[in-house]
Amino acid sequence: MSNALSPENELEAAEIVRTTQGPFDIVGGGTRPGLGRPRSGQPLSSAKLTGIVFHEPAEMTLRARAGTPLSEVEASLAKAGQMLPFEPLDPRALFATSGEPTVGGLVATAIPGPRRVSAGAVRDNVLGVRLVNGRGEVVSAGGRVMKNVTGLDLVKIMCGAQGTLGFLTEATFKLLPAPRAEATVVIRRLDDARAVEAMARALSSPHGVSGAATIHSGMGREFPRTLLRVEGFAESVTYRAESLIALLAEFGAKHALEGEDSKRMWRSIRDGAFLSQPRERAVWRASLKPSDAPVALAVLGGAAHTSLMDHGGGCLWFSTDPTLAAASAVRAALGRFAGHVHLIRAPEDLRARADVFPPLSLALARLTRGVKASFDPEGRFNPGRMYADI
Amino acid sequence: MSQIAFPTPDPAILARADAIRAALPALLPRECIVTDEAGRRAFETDALTAYRRLPLAVILPRTTEEVAASLRFCREQGVNIVPRGAGTSLAGGAVPQEDAIVIGLSKMNRVLEINYADRYARVEAGVTNLAISDAVGENGFFYAPDPSSQLACTIGGNIAMNSGGAHCLKYGVTSNNLMGVRLVMFDGEILDLGGPALDAGGLDFLGLICGAEGQLGIVTEAIVRILPLAEGARPVLFGFDNAEDASRCVAAVIGAGIVPVAMEYMDRLAIEITEDFAHAGYPLDVEAMLIIESEGSVPEIDAEQKRILDIARAHNVRVVKESMSAMESAQIWKGRKSAFGATGRIADYICMDGTVPTGQLPEALRRVAQICADEGLRVANVFHAGDGNMHPLILYNMNDPLEQEKAERAGARVLEMSVELGGCLTGEHGVGIEKRDLMSKQFTPQEIAQQKGVRAVFDPDGRFNPAKVFPLTERAA
Repeated sequence: MSNALSPENELEAAEIVRTTQGPFDIVGGGTRPGLGRPRSGQPLSSAKLTGIVFHEPAEMTLRARAGTPLSEVEASLAKAGQMLPFEPLDPRALFATSGEPTVGGLVATAIPGPRRVSAGAVRDNVLGVRLVNGRGEVVSAGGRVMKNVTGLDLVKIMCGAQGTLGFLTEATFKLLPAPRAEATVVIRRLDDARAVEAMARALSSPHGVSGAATIHSGMGREFPRTLLRVEGFAESVTYRAESLIALLAEFGAKHALEGEDSKRMWRSIRDGAFLSQPRERAVWRASLKPSDAPVALAVLGGAAHTSLMDHGGGCLWFSTDPTLAAASAVRAALGRFAGHVHLIRAPEDLRARADVFPPLSLALARLTRGVKASFDPEGRFNPGRMYADI
Repeated sequence: MSQIAFPTPDPAILARADAIRAALPALLPRECIVTDEAGRRAFETDALTAYRRLPLAVILPRTTEEVAASLRFCREQGVNIVPRGAGTSLAGGAVPQEDAIVIGLSKMNRVLEINYADRYARVEAGVTNLAISDAVGENGFFYAPDPSSQLACTIGGNIAMNSGGAHCLKYGVTSNNLMGVRLVMFDGEILDLGGPALDAGGLDFLGLICGAEGQLGIVTEAIVRILPLAEGARPVLFGFDNAEDASRCVAAVIGAGIVPVAMEYMDRLAIEITEDFAHAGYPLDVEAMLIIESEGSVPEIDAEQKRILDIARAHNVRVVKESMSAMESAQIWKGRKSAFGATGRIADYICMDGTVPTGQLPEALRRVAQICADEGLRVANVFHAGDGNMHPLILYNMNDPLEQEKAERAGARVLEMSVELGGCLTGEHGVGIEKRDLMSKQFTPQEIAQQKGVRAVFDPDGRFNPAKVFPLTERAA
């Protein structure tokens, strides 16, 4: 990255965008280089846009510049007993990278973790962003308050736009108190259909389940495990874990993991760590109706080497051969289900040829092009990162 | 007279008004069309009743396809479109104009599908907010956003304004509970965005639609999350001798790692007005009252409320009143949710909706009092304290033009103050016509241009809900 442009502040970033031809390849901590279609263009880095602008524990808000390492944010949150609600994925296990994931990277890629089921996705917890658009203008969207419906909401569309709409300079997050305690109820040896049924019953209960996943055999144990997490104050966690065990007695719910054991398990699920090896395999993430998950896994069959269900079955992680044939088979197999399939990790040549994001209908392609052009009229930010010609 | 300007209706459309109305029966059956003047009167305003304009015509389609046909018709005729749900907007979001056709979704009021296994409901846009919770309540579920008008307001209107409610602190606003919409575009094309899966791929268009105030297209169906009801819920009333103690108590509760399902604030005047109406048992001798609700099992509620009580005591709480029964809880919430209606019985009012960072609440309350005192007007404060979404109700007499001017001037100053203190113009009611001309207080010309640029992708002719949200004329920066 010797030729990387690395603005020291937002105004300088705007100046660079106005005066440099581009196209730009936006980089943060460099921990998820393989996410999206292949990169091109001159690196434009947020590395020097660092620092927490404010952290107001009593308001449950934190604002940080885009290049701020996530670890710095989390250290500040830990001091106040708070957390980012959506459990951001740490991409280093999947992508075998070192370095520090950044605030900008996690907003731009927006992959929510297990707590999606109770605390929402990344976009639900970003209150505001600042960015430089393709005209080199600084644009602020949203703000720092929990409720804000002023004007057209440009915050959510920035989340998960993979840096194709603008160069993020700052983000403001909604926070939650970090749970004082947690427990994970474990059910062994359920087949996929029964597992989804058990998870649905847990998620339909009033016990505030904040994680519902099933990891298949071969992931640490030679049998599948269905995991249900409850979090909160200690007395509440004990009560809710016991209530869940009683509610799911017919499924064989018994003991619960607690404290650090529970945390470690959910970190692995969050990060796709169970699928990270072998390194050469392609890794996918699908969002669909939970009740479709058992059928979807059956249809994928042997094409999926390893898989796990998160979000009560609404999120499938799986790995395949890193080939175009396998990629086409995945899209063909899952195309009939409502939802979407995202190729998270694959060799560069496969990411160039296969659909990394779900292919667009004509109408969606028109809107995608239009919105892209409204932010970035000359198509200079991360060109082709999501779709070949956009 | 009225402070909010309307653009001059297009004389070419007005000249053809009779011909346009005459063409409607070929489009849709008689019962879906309102063209006579008396009928159109019913659609001339919303809950911002100080402003009214008679629409050219009203169409009440029964299906998505009829909405599409209506939009194609409007496009051919070059007529503006004002989408309408129940007409409960406090911001004038559904106020029409003489050259516009209102498309009302009131006939599209069916619950289409309830899927408990996947925890969503698919409903038509004209279904009321409360009807969704009613439809799934027996099975232990509810739809979370609960605007005070939930008995009347529609999910389509909630989506347009990204409505909130008292329980957003825990459950989020409409956009956090919306999974998908069926959208009819300006040219009649029908598009599904999002769906029954939790997350959609590609750019987050659903996030744009929600809160776009009907300017990107017409939503005819929605897929919303339904959530399991808590085992129980219990509100407690806390009375304080001053606003500062109450505000600091709110901050301390959150600082202690507690997120109650709701934390509502009422000042002395708001308490008097609502107690007189709802007989909820509110304490009448305090300057500020918090309603703090906890959820869960009985022991969990007890434990949380004990923690909150300790914090409240440390902040000089003077009156503590626990709800002792489900009926008392219902009374307490009835009082809060009828605060606007009860106020309407004693005076006309305008309801502001700015949000401030919660740390600024004491300062904001001081300034609101000063601003209204400067104009010689009374103000009642009732709002969502946990998220800083203020609702000062500025009382005035609508038949006194001078007072209306004063009230609107005070309202504008309150909103400017919200922005100055780091907040925003509107937390949950929307911009509509009411706050349109204040947008430049919160956004730069470039930011407004960026928003309008995105809007133009969906509505190149600018026909959906025109003259709303964005300032009529951009001021020089």
